[in-house]
Amino acid sequence: MHTDSVTSKGVLLYPEGIIELNETAHEIVSRCDGRSVAEIVQALAKEYDADAAALASDVRETLFDLYRRKLIEWT
Amino acid sequence: MNAPVVSGIDDPGKTNHPSNRHHPAAGGTTTTGMRIPRPYALLAEITYRCPLHCPYCSNPTHYCGATASVADPEADGRSADPTTALSTTRAIADKGELSAEEWKRVIREAADLGVLQIGFSGGEPLARRDLEELVRFAREANLYTNLITSGIGLDGNRVRALRSAGLDSIQLSFQSDESSLADEIAGASAHQRKLDVAAKIRDAGIQLSVNFVIHRRNIDRLPRMIELAERLGAQRVELANAQFYGWAFLNRAALLPTREQVLRAREIAATAKARLAGTIDIFYVLPDYYETRPKPCLNGWGQRYLTVNPIGDVLPCPTAASAIPDLRLENVRTRDLDWIWRESESFNRFRGTEWMPEPCQSCPQREVDFGGCRCQAALLTGNAANTDPVCEFSPNRARVDAVLRDLNSSSDYAGNWTYRINPTVTSLDRSIVTASVRE
Repeated sequence: MHTDSVTSKGVLLYPEGIIELNETAHEIVSRCDGRSVAEIVQALAKEYDADAAALASDVRETLFDLYRRKLIEWT
Repeated sequence: MNAPVVSGIDDPGKTNHPSNRHHPAAGGTTTTGMRIPRPYALLAEITYRCPLHCPYCSNPTHYCGATASVADPEADGRSADPTTALSTTRAIADKGELSAEEWKRVIREAADLGVLQIGFSGGEPLARRDLEELVRFAREANLYTNLITSGIGLDGNRVRALRSAGLDSIQLSFQSDESSLADEIAGASAHQRKLDVAAKIRDAGIQLSVNFVIHRRNIDRLPRMIELAERLGAQRVELANAQFYGWAFLNRAALLPTREQVLRAREIAATAKARLAGTIDIFYVLPDYYETRPKPCLNGWGQRYLTVNPIGDVLPCPTAASAIPDLRLENVRTRDLDWIWRESESFNRFRGTEWMPEPCQSCPQREVDFGGCRCQAALLTGNAANTDPVCEFSPNRARVDAVLRDLNSSSDYAGNWTYRINPTVTSLDRSIVTASVRE
């Protein structure tokens, strides 16, 4: 993940493409460090005092989108 | 928490994606008060020289005002060893290209403007020995670096040198899935070299994308091309139908696939994309003549992309120099990039929506597709400010339909193509190489 010096936002760069992450996506992607999806959901639920079940579908959807674009890998 | 917004931008000439309108305008204003966005990507066309002769090349058919031509196809290396061809053309044609120092200034100015990604392209960028130096410089300027290449001229040493310079990604072109057709299309024996190069790229740990330009002669081999990409361990595959600019426009009659071919190919690409999700990201681009709405070309003129060509002209779009002859181009040798991006007539000419004619001006899609492609409007209607004639609402749509009708109404439609030839410094008025297309 790069930081866009113009906007200070996180961006993912790939050949001929740029994905700009909003705050939510940024929070999710910055936790992609080898832990499980469930652990990411738990961490976000705790940090934002949000309902883990409600959060889970957002997280899964984001991660699956990035996975399809080959920007993250399941390890 | 809001639902995540993951928004993508893609390559100008290739994208059929719906545009996204969530990008911040962070580039300030012009002296006349117009709001100017910041650019995201620089396409650095460091040379037009190339050892291949693909008839769909989007490079200009004219260069430095001179018609590109060669006295003898063998002298240009066609059908000969492409590596030798590269060194012979280097001797005659690098006059006028920007130096490494000039490119470094361009890269620094681009990074200062907000550019995040640089694509080294051409021609064949490997034809320049200072490529590694430029890649290293771009990485030090914190840009994501991508090399768009035929692979000819890339051996193990050079792959390692590029890797150590920090190159992030290589997009390797293939003409087909096997040598005989691929080499015929390239006009050079290249396919086997590309296979070797792909393995070296993968071994060096550089991200590999495989790009196929699709046209009538190879479109039916799509499943085998996808299999090749799988075997090569590519992370991305681009199956892009030829878009008709430059040499491809000249060779349109030989390249445009039939409707039946296009529909079948789309189905195959979609199935493969689903099957390979997470393994290979597949990107299929329809030939836009078969669309009813225009592509959101460049995601808007002067919005996100800039191209610098080998002699330093700065272009809103790589094909604009040849497609829009009255566009007054600025050059990095006389102006800085920041001024060109913000203030130049060429970048402001089709910025925003005020320039639009009807039916674009009152169209609810005007900030979705931006009226389509200016180069296509120029090439097909003679006026770059017209609505892209691909649009079903364009008064010129009949011109596109006529092309499709000619092609699809004949069962044995054949065409000749003209191979791309390397630019020469001196203008030689010789006949160009043609080859028969067997159907």
